[in-house]
Amino acid sequence: MSSAETTTETTAETSAEWTADEMMTVAAARQLHDGTACFVGIGLPSTAANLARATHAPGLVLVYESGCIGAKPDRLPLSIGDGVLADTADAVVSVPEVFNYWLQPGRIDVGFLGAAQLDRFANINTTMVGGTYDAPAVRLPGAGGAPEIAASCREVVVVVRQSPRTFVRELEFVTSVGFGSGPGDRERWGLRGAGPRVVITDLGVLEPDPSTCELTLTSLHPGATVEQARAATGWDLRVAADVASTRPPDADELRVLRALNATLRAGS
Amino acid sequence: MARIMSLRDAVAELVRDGDTVALEGFTHLIPFAAGHEIIRQGRRDLTLVRMTPDVVYDQLIGAGCAARLVFSWGGNPGVGSLHRFRDAVEHGWPGPLELEEHSHAGMANRYVAGASGLPFAVLRGYRGTDLVERTATIAPITCPFTGEELTAVPALRPDVTVVHAQRADRQGNVQLWGITGVQKEAVLAAHRSLVTVEELVDELTPVPGDVVLPSWVVTAVAHVPGGAHPSYAQGYSVRDNEAYRRWDAVSRDRDAFTAWLDADVLAAGAPA
Repeated sequence: MSSAETTTETTAETSAEWTADEMMTVAAARQLHDGTACFVGIGLPSTAANLARATHAPGLVLVYESGCIGAKPDRLPLSIGDGVLADTADAVVSVPEVFNYWLQPGRIDVGFLGAAQLDRFANINTTMVGGTYDAPAVRLPGAGGAPEIAASCREVVVVVRQSPRTFVRELEFVTSVGFGSGPGDRERWGLRGAGPRVVITDLGVLEPDPSTCELTLTSLHPGATVEQARAATGWDLRVAADVASTRPPDADELRVLRALNATLRAGS
Repeated sequence: MARIMSLRDAVAELVRDGDTVALEGFTHLIPFAAGHEIIRQGRRDLTLVRMTPDVVYDQLIGAGCAARLVFSWGGNPGVGSLHRFRDAVEHGWPGPLELEEHSHAGMANRYVAGASGLPFAVLRGYRGTDLVERTATIAPITCPFTGEELTAVPALRPDVTVVHAQRADRQGNVQLWGITGVQKEAVLAAHRSLVTVEELVDELTPVPGDVVLPSWVVTAVAHVPGGAHPSYAQGYSVRDNEAYRRWDAVSRDRDAFTAWLDADVLAAGAPA
């Protein structure tokens, strides 16, 4: 993913001290608590999870779908099967084992996912956009581990940049389930986890409404406005009555994040 | 007993036009050299099976070897899209590519069923996703004991599975370790198998956490040092991340890809 490549760019909604991507990554990292187990995808989720482990959550257990459980990399891996993950893991298991023994029974506290498209119920599309399934305008990578991560982790955190192209009124393909079409769908489908607890974007934080499951803007990052968030959302965005302001990145978070991103840029 | 063969002879004998072929390796131990030999020998109409069809399948698809793809995630890990895969799906170049799409858990369990000699596997997944409607090899099943509704996926039984491993002895016993993905299951599920190895040794020294494939479940072993490049073989090489980044530019353009194919695969010839 390109998080490392874009962090040095200065964008319109960015303060002088940090970029919107840095704010998003820091906000995502803060969602992860010490002593919990986190199923990590590559890209922004991996960056945020490693930031959390290097700052407030040294005992965070990182689980990668390549079978690396308890990985403690000292640099960001480019891929989920990077050798540094296997070298530093508590256990390296087969792929059938990581999905069947570790993910499916609900042993993982948090699933950390990205998205190409996301709807108001936090359902995710990573399969295709435009055209038809057989002849799509854009063919995306597909499901990978995400459907089972979304179904089986106790809760899910989604990290995704917010834009009308991403935050769409209707998904063209449901690859991974958030809340379906509202309350009761997850239970009806037998999905064991509670579903998406929070969506972190470059503009703010969205959380599902407890009664309707619809994503609601509950916090704005410094410099971002409700109007900006509405303009970046393809549906009529619900906004909490009292929108909080996200605590800006502190010096330690920024220092560690930049050092981590430098390890990815340097390659390995 | 596995036969020790050259890569060229092994591919010629074991991989046939129209076969269902699995090249497995989860980021680690991906059998790139064998994939290139399949391209050089001009195999056609293959059903390619792989959880993560990354760069080696981008190359096979671009070279026109594949008619169908059975997979769960098609991207260049950490870099972006697979442009040859996308060109085939979006524009039918160099030919149309039929997709059979699963999740990782579904694919892993399909191999497990194949390796177990069972007709299908069961998992708690897929429900609520559009994959259920799109993929014929995903079906609901009711637990006969609890009544819970679950998902069944049929066994995968490739005609031939190809994997790369760290080493084998001269009898063809194979040892691999590190991130072992679904390699063991994919070999045991297949009718025939080829293992390319970094090293051939007289006697295998046990390694903590390793997987041993005994000679009698492997069809052929080929000594191909560096045969996983640009992926890696733990203990022998590191992943060439720069090569994965470079592939992005080569694969975006049909002419650049064709030039790469001519120079780096077709003209290069098989390893000795």
